Amino acid sequence: MTAKPAGVPRRTLLAMGVSAAAASCGGPKSSGAWRFFTDGEARTAEAISAQLIPSGPLPGAREAGVVNYIDLQLSRRFRKHQQAYRAGLANADEVSRKQAGKPFCELASDQQIAVLNTLEENAKPFFQLILAHTRQGFYGDPRHGGNRNMVSWKMVGLPFPQVRGREQYGDPEKS
Amino acid sequence: MAQRHVNAAIIGSGAGGGVVAKELATAGLSVVLLERGKWYSAADCRKDDLFNQRTQVLGAKFGPDEERDPRVAVDDQGRETVVFPSDGGYSNNAACVGGGTFSYGAMAWRFHEKDFRMRSTYGAVEGSTLDDWPISYADLEPYYEKAEWEMGVSGDVAPDPFKSPRNKPLPMPPLAPNREYKILHPAAKRLGLHPFDIPMLRNTVPYNGRRACMRCRWCVGFACELSARTGTHNTVIPAALATGNCELRTGCMVKEIVLDGTGKATGAAYFDANDRLQQQSADLVIVCGGAVESARLLLNTRHKLFPDGLGNRTGWVGRNLQSHSYASAIGLFEQETYDDLGPGASIAVCDFSHGNTGLVGGGMIANEFIRLPYQFLGLVPPWVSGWGNEHKEFVANAYRRTIAVMGPAQEMPLADARVQLDPKVKDHWGIPVARLSGTRHPHTIEIARFLAGKCELWLKEAGAAQTWKRAPGKSLSGGQHQAGTCRMGADPKTSVVDKDCRIHDVDNVYVIDASVHVTNGGFNPALTILANAYRTSANLLKTWKGTRVQS
Repeated sequence: MTAKPAGVPRRTLLAMGVSAAAASCGGPKSSGAWRFFTDGEARTAEAISAQLIPSGPLPGAREAGVVNYIDLQLSRRFRKHQQAYRAGLANADEVSRKQAGKPFCELASDQQIAVLNTLEENAKPFFQLILAHTRQGFYGDPRHGGNRNMVSWKMVGLPFPQVRGREQYGDPEKS
Repeated sequence: MAQRHVNAAIIGSGAGGGVVAKELATAGLSVVLLERGKWYSAADCRKDDLFNQRTQVLGAKFGPDEERDPRVAVDDQGRETVVFPSDGGYSNNAACVGGGTFSYGAMAWRFHEKDFRMRSTYGAVEGSTLDDWPISYADLEPYYEKAEWEMGVSGDVAPDPFKSPRNKPLPMPPLAPNREYKILHPAAKRLGLHPFDIPMLRNTVPYNGRRACMRCRWCVGFACELSARTGTHNTVIPAALATGNCELRTGCMVKEIVLDGTGKATGAAYFDANDRLQQQSADLVIVCGGAVESARLLLNTRHKLFPDGLGNRTGWVGRNLQSHSYASAIGLFEQETYDDLGPGASIAVCDFSHGNTGLVGGGMIANEFIRLPYQFLGLVPPWVSGWGNEHKEFVANAYRRTIAVMGPAQEMPLADARVQLDPKVKDHWGIPVARLSGTRHPHTIEIARFLAGKCELWLKEAGAAQTWKRAPGKSLSGGQHQAGTCRMGADPKTSVVDKDCRIHDVDNVYVIDASVHVTNGGFNPALTILANAYRTSANLLKTWKGTRVQS
């Protein structure tokens, strides 16, 4: 019943500061710690984001804390999307129960992918919304609640922080 | 509340309004410059990849205000949507001191001679209002030069054989070539093209008391942390204020131009930063709000002589909304192409600006600005799944190995690409909002597709292992390069302003921004707006017979 990222040894997860429980349906935060989500919604949202940008040898949406980004923004800029999330996540669990008899986060990885394929087809607006927000939370600036430890920037090989002024004072080819 | 009378009330402090304010104030006229946004500084860079003017997923950093300034967008099926500044379809340009020039990429192109003579060069285009400008390149040339030297442009256009005649070189050299430049330059030469260094309103050496670009990755869309990138906010507007003749008022949203019984303008009514209605009396009213907001203001200015809006007796205000249809190709290379040097955009060719068989015009093509990781997602090819491992691995492997080449296709103007007033939706101040409707001309899309093909050829010659193309669909064009809605022309029946940018209807109201562009060239329009603002200011001062009022 765990959605443990495939191919990531336990010690890697620990090294990333992620407990085994956090990578399962246990949810990444203790009860009541969310700004908008219920605990159940947070679990579903995190499990969806973790399929959209999976963990692997390199961290994915789960390790980047994408669900934290989405929750934070739903209480700020994305207030207008609150109802879409409430309904969309409930629908994701409902589709999961219909297709495989359990809520989304309890499904095996291939079952989750099958549910997401259904949602991409039948619940397109919500699927596109959570996909866009997952990408933002993974690739965007950590100040907004995601991209924890700049995992995506490290993934693409982007030096950060950029050393400024090197055009005048250093050889850019060597930095 | 009435404010003290001045010679000129200028509405909007972007490329047009900033220059006009400086030219008039320097000549001794008293000026009030009204800006609805704020005055940001270099300290507002923030380096926030999700909240800036280029990537607006968490809002448009430099305005307009997300809550206060809705518009209505109407799609080609007639469906209406209320849109906000960070939404697609809003046609946003920054609302702040400096306007678009505060956070743009700063390409500083001169249009070509033929860009002012599109109708004469190519003939009529079915369904399009394509026409000649009432002025020529030669009329604008001295003012292009003035903008280049007074504000400061870098680059090297000498190797470009297609450029129109010029009297002086650019005042600053280009930046040292980045890696993309080194890959694309020899490839262009092998193809027989004529590559050169993009002209930019960007200091590459200290100039005008400001420093040189340090080549960071937070460029287009961000405030320049060094103020090395040049806009009206760090050149002409401070110069205007330094004369003592210009007062800049920020947070001021103009409601309407005030007209007397004979239809002559007596000033502007606006809501100040505290939402109080104010009246600024002035001899001249100069509208510089950009193609959407300038048209909206004229349409919101009703009078018994102008029941459909000021300047709109023949119904031309708000028509011909145009911009650029960006076509691109993206190439994936075996070797690393990313070197983390801003601004990234460095090399261009004008081989396809004109003279393309079967096409009316064309466009410059150049490599794209530096890309932050989130922005890179927009370049992922269509055959890569949008999610899952495939997408993540593509981004991880391709981010430092792609080059994008793109160009602004010159658009065929359409009478039905329009800014109107929405009959229902009002903004925070109760002013009817802009309603945007229309499509792109089919030939515009053909030109864009042609340019995308040329971009792809260039990348293939440069050694790209895989390439893919992008061209726009038929949805309405607009955004930062918005233009055309208050056309300049000799005939009042088919234009809104005369060649001096004075409204045909009233002799003391001017429109000086990209709204007056008859066509918008196959280039970023900023330098043309600046040059035309210098030109029209000079002409205004030559004919102005008013009494200078001390402010």
